[in-house]
Amino acid sequence: MAVIEISCVEVWREISNYVDDSVDPELRRRMEEHFKGCEHCTAVLDGTRNVVRLVGDNRSFDLLAGFSDRLKKRLQEKFGI
Amino acid sequence: MIFLAETFCDPWNLRRGLGFLAKLRDKTRENILWASTLVNLERVGGALEGQVELSTISTSLAEGRVTRTLDKEIALIDRICAGEKQLFYELIQPYERSVFIAANAVVQNEADAEEAAQEAFLKAFTHLSSFRKESKFSTWLIQIAVNEARMKRRKDRKTRYDSIDEHGGDEEGDYAPKDFADWREIPSEALQRKELRRVLQKAMASLHPIYREVLVMRDVQHLTISETADTLQISESAVKTRLLRARLQMRDALAPGIDGAWNIGDGNWKKVRPW
Repeated sequence: MAVIEISCVEVWREISNYVDDSVDPELRRRMEEHFKGCEHCTAVLDGTRNVVRLVGDNRSFDLLAGFSDRLKKRLQEKFGI
Repeated sequence: MIFLAETFCDPWNLRRGLGFLAKLRDKTRENILWASTLVNLERVGGALEGQVELSTISTSLAEGRVTRTLDKEIALIDRICAGEKQLFYELIQPYERSVFIAANAVVQNEADAEEAAQEAFLKAFTHLSSFRKESKFSTWLIQIAVNEARMKRRKDRKTRYDSIDEHGGDEEGDYAPKDFADWREIPSEALQRKELRRVLQKAMASLHPIYREVLVMRDVQHLTISETADTLQISESAVKTRLLRARLQMRDALAPGIDGAWNIGDGNWKKVRPW
């Protein structure tokens, strides 16, 4: 059965849900078909996945140095714990 | 050696975790390796390098279904509420980073984020008995932190912050990506570099607060759509709309542009990637 074509704008609208694997199977199939023939949308998809991966990596964002010590001190001062 | 497991449910960390585990020389099954975060996993890896008595992978970890058992937390909460207050830090210690990051997503100022995060922990202690145990303690904490940070932002806006319209993000209409250059995968070791982290944070700071908050809850804190909606007190549909825009804007802020140059988020193009 032929896959109904989908436009780039429609792909962009759903690309975040696609990355999260939360589009229905039919839409997924249409998007995958679109990616095969559209370099731009493939680049957008790869970049979006990269963003998710980068910001989700625990090394990307740190606690301030000394945070724990200052927190413990406040707990001690305020509640004696 | 036994490591007690915590949350290990997001696919990216799971993949990295399994990669780490695959490198272990001795996979005995007597011990259970439980890992709460990638950072902890790496610490574990560093600590155990060269040792052969380690380790094991729980079946659930291998299947990607390791979930933090809330039993230990619930027991701790009960004991604290019953008077063992000194256990409170043990309860919150795993969430220091999450709470700080949540607060920073709102105020975008590390000193203020620390203050809001600390206030959130103090408030959590005061109101611990009202914690509803059917929800996740971490989500409850993050919600308190977001509220504290929002209060701080409102309070300080007149004196220190630019006017920010919390509902001023343009959620109507489609967002068209601005850059279509192919973006090769960034090697994970590049995250060791301060420069990449700095640019990532700068790109994050360039987002409108309503998009940044959703991105942080969903992609940094790994909350579900539903938890993100509850934490930020918005609809699930708004979470999805804002997440889409946040991710695409982040991509545009970080994507390599003309001649492989790199948009560092302030309109300038840097010719060399930092990774």
